[in-house]
Amino acid sequence: MLSLSHLHKAYREPDARPVLQDVNLELHPGEYIAIVGESGSGKSTLLNLVAGLELPDSGKILLDNRDLTTLDDGARTRLRRSRMGFVFQAFLLLPHLTVLDNAALSLKLNGVAHREAQQRAHAMLEAVGLSGLVHRFPGTLSGGESQRVAIARALAHRPQVVLADEPTGNLDPGSAGQVLALLREQIRSCNSIGILVTHSMAAAASADRCYRLDGGVLRPE
Amino acid sequence: MIRAAWQALVGGPLRSSPGRTLLAVLAIACGIALGFSVHLVNASAAAEFRRAALQLAGEADLVIRGPRQGFDEMLYPRIAGLPGIAIASPALEFQASRTAAAPALKIIGIDALRARELQPALFAGEALPAIDLFDPDNILLSAAAARAFGVSTGDRLDFLAGTETVRLRVAAILPDGAYRQPLGIMDIAAAQWRFGMTGTLHRIDVRVEPQADMLSVQRSLQTLLPAGVHVLSPDAENRRSAALTRAYRTNLDMLALIALFTGAFVVYSTQTLAILRRRMQISLLRALGVSRPAVLGLLLGEGAAIGAAGGLIGIAAGGLLAHQLLAASGVDLGAGYFRQMQANLHVEPVTLVFFLLLGVVFAVIGTLAPALEISGLPPAQGLRAGDPAGQTPGSRPLRYGLAAIAGAALLLWLPHPGELPLPGYAAIALLLLGSVLVLPPVAIGLLRALPLQLPMPHALGLARLIATPRHVAISMSSILVSFSLVVAMLLMIHSFRTSLDTWLHQVLPADIHVRAASSGETGYLTPAVQQRITELPGLQRVEFLRSVNLLLHPQRPAMTLIARDPGDGGFARTLPLVDTPPALPEGSPPAAWISELVADVLQLRPGDRLLLPLGEQPQAWIVAGIWRDYARQNGAIVIDRADYIRLTGDLRINDLAAWLAPGVTVEAAADGIRHAIGNGSALDIADTRDIRRLSLAIFDRTFAVTWALQIAALAIGLLGVGLAFSAQALARRQEFGMLRHLGMTRREIAVMLAGEGALSSAVGALCGMACGGVIGLLLIRVINRQSFHWSMDLAVPWLLLPLLFCSIVLCAALAARCTAVLATRSEMTRAVREDW
Repeated sequence: MLSLSHLHKAYREPDARPVLQDVNLELHPGEYIAIVGESGSGKSTLLNLVAGLELPDSGKILLDNRDLTTLDDGARTRLRRSRMGFVFQAFLLLPHLTVLDNAALSLKLNGVAHREAQQRAHAMLEAVGLSGLVHRFPGTLSGGESQRVAIARALAHRPQVVLADEPTGNLDPGSAGQVLALLREQIRSCNSIGILVTHSMAAAASADRCYRLDGGVLRPE
Repeated sequence: MIRAAWQALVGGPLRSSPGRTLLAVLAIACGIALGFSVHLVNASAAAEFRRAALQLAGEADLVIRGPRQGFDEMLYPRIAGLPGIAIASPALEFQASRTAAAPALKIIGIDALRARELQPALFAGEALPAIDLFDPDNILLSAAAARAFGVSTGDRLDFLAGTETVRLRVAAILPDGAYRQPLGIMDIAAAQWRFGMTGTLHRIDVRVEPQADMLSVQRSLQTLLPAGVHVLSPDAENRRSAALTRAYRTNLDMLALIALFTGAFVVYSTQTLAILRRRMQISLLRALGVSRPAVLGLLLGEGAAIGAAGGLIGIAAGGLLAHQLLAASGVDLGAGYFRQMQANLHVEPVTLVFFLLLGVVFAVIGTLAPALEISGLPPAQGLRAGDPAGQTPGSRPLRYGLAAIAGAALLLWLPHPGELPLPGYAAIALLLLGSVLVLPPVAIGLLRALPLQLPMPHALGLARLIATPRHVAISMSSILVSFSLVVAMLLMIHSFRTSLDTWLHQVLPADIHVRAASSGETGYLTPAVQQRITELPGLQRVEFLRSVNLLLHPQRPAMTLIARDPGDGGFARTLPLVDTPPALPEGSPPAAWISELVADVLQLRPGDRLLLPLGEQPQAWIVAGIWRDYARQNGAIVIDRADYIRLTGDLRINDLAAWLAPGVTVEAAADGIRHAIGNGSALDIADTRDIRRLSLAIFDRTFAVTWALQIAALAIGLLGVGLAFSAQALARRQEFGMLRHLGMTRREIAVMLAGEGALSSAVGALCGMACGGVIGLLLIRVINRQSFHWSMDLAVPWLLLPLLFCSIVLCAALAARCTAVLATRSEMTRAVREDW
């Protein structure tokens, strides 16, 4: 279970405007939510806090009753590596690795042996419909295909939490729909917690529940 | 528009990353500083040479010069009486030996009345009171000589003639402007008498009648001159003196130029990465209507600005460095050619402009390739996302690289002008260029061939290296260039030092060596003294040596003739021959064993005939063999002393080598020899082991300046790696940000980048070692042979090379790690939100 309680965050520069104010949220395995909001509303900050990339000014982030805010950077990084998966707007595939190697990256970072990692990544790519492209390089893929590889990479190691930051921002509507459906399907099949951050209400509609961040306050939509 | 484009394209990036620009500027500054300082010291030495030679020649039109032992003074009246000769001024010119420890002094003996007309500079004001010169006890000193010996007017100075002391009184000291170098002036007759040179002259300065034809006078003079005596113009005299060090100076200039070449590679690396990073801005400007030539001009202008800044800093630093070098090592930079020469740094404005332009040109050359590439990129392609530095280069660079290497091989077949191995240096430059161009495919091949199953962060780094040959090439090229230069220098210096050590053991087989004087030409041992030494009970065996010099070639400095006992087994066994000597035919003339320089300059091979101006008429000799001589830089010829005495009647010797009887110490033998001579303090008696040690120490001092160049080359190379990796770290912030999201720690990212640095520098250094090995062979077999006529055996510094290799890999890894630490210190997680 992922629980956020009374999260506060403000940036010092350039003004001391609060980004998040008393954010509370509780998510269970298999749940998939969307967070919408204007640019600068704090969506990405919230995602970074959940991922342990930033620390809140106050409040708690519990993942299976373990408070991320009490962990040092190394422990948070290890936790992120083993329990979380990411999908980015710009895909961020490594251009010098094949599709298969990109999908296997999280597994290998978690110490899974090369052969097993390749097998599991292959299975994941099959699940996202890319089994025919495993030896291609990212430069030769379309946007939709690239994002599917990113989804495979994010879920190959079966993380507890999947964080998706504007995953369809760079895609055409057709590809966006396919990717969102695939993301939802895979999160469910892995029984992960899914958090989708987006500007798009259409994208948010693919989630089970939707929240809006407005002035740093999280409210159900 | 251009101004706006300059602001967008150059001004902004310069302001946003001044550190990287500064490093590129410093790389150029480093090369310019080295080049400028070496050139400044060399030019000062050459200018001082010219000034000294012209001051002595004064207003003479021609100089008649003989060997160091001189020629018959009866030649003088014949020359003075020739039609067309206005004034002829006879002179003695020799290095007067002093006691064993004191340096020799150049003394000229002149006929004051005639010299006053030809060398008025020496007689400026009351500087040279002729009346004082006629006293045979008097000597006039230049201000530099007085300072060097710490004497003033009225003081006494002791010199040597043979083993006898010649005491002279300092009659006057010339003002500073009269002659800048240490010099003593005596009356010619007094000098002949006091130094045992009666009836001898060394030179005659001649002024030709204004209406006479110079060439016909020169021809009629030449017909009067005996073998070994030549008529030269003062300019040729100056060139002959300068020839002494020309090869050494040229080689230093070339080494400094190579340091600049390395700097240009750093500029290439920096500019390539900087320009590729700005491809979107460049493409945007192109899309907004800035033409391709304008973009190219802006980028080259940026390179020129870097070069100009580097040039200015380099000139300032080079001036300071030259000042320090002059103070610490002298005008010959420690090589020992002119230990007493004094020179002031003098900078010509044209030299300043030349070095400033050199910095600009090298920086523009470094910028040219990436600027051409990026300005030629279609704007639409440039605006598209992607990592152009990661693209695989086409096959063109490989073809150009192979062509450059082939060109280097062809250059080696070209003749070299004089003793300047310019084709050899051009071949080295082409080889370096070719190696850099063929590096990417070779490096990728090597990396792919590595049987590595690396753990995760390193596996990722290796995959990136293999997939991004351009990145690899950029970061490796500076390591390749700098490491190959260092390896080449190490190989050459180690081979030279090892060969010198072997040579010293061969040419110094005796226990002690005795010289009549530590320096100068007026010390010698008479037959009576030789006899007394031979009879000393502490000496088992003694070999005598007479050394004189011969002017065999009017354009070259005099060569040394060594008349010595052949020793056990003859010269074929006692000389360090470069090849097995052929059997000489029956009835051949006496044998002469020539050094490599003599063989090259006079184009002689074993079995050839050689005329030596000994005795009344030139004598024919047969070249019996060629030997290696590291001691005399102007060439040497060894003959049997018995032949020398037969032809010249000269029984004197300068040196002797002695083998001690069992149980006799060097000190005891030295005491015995000094006692046998009477005036033993003049002798320079040395333990052979000390001579070897001292010789190697002098060698090390001579090459000390090359260590500075090597360190500079390595520093520039590592700077290149640091620059390349810092640029990469900046360009890869999104990648690092993504990896941080996926759970890689900052340390793992730093370790990954350090691994990339280590691997790429290891491959670069390996290629550099191969390239450096070839350049080292070129230095040994081509450059040294052509410049100095020295051959040497190849010796590889097996311990030093791996040590250096590991050090450079470690330094590169640390540099890469530092850049990663700096890059990951900032907030990388936000980088993932930017476009890739």
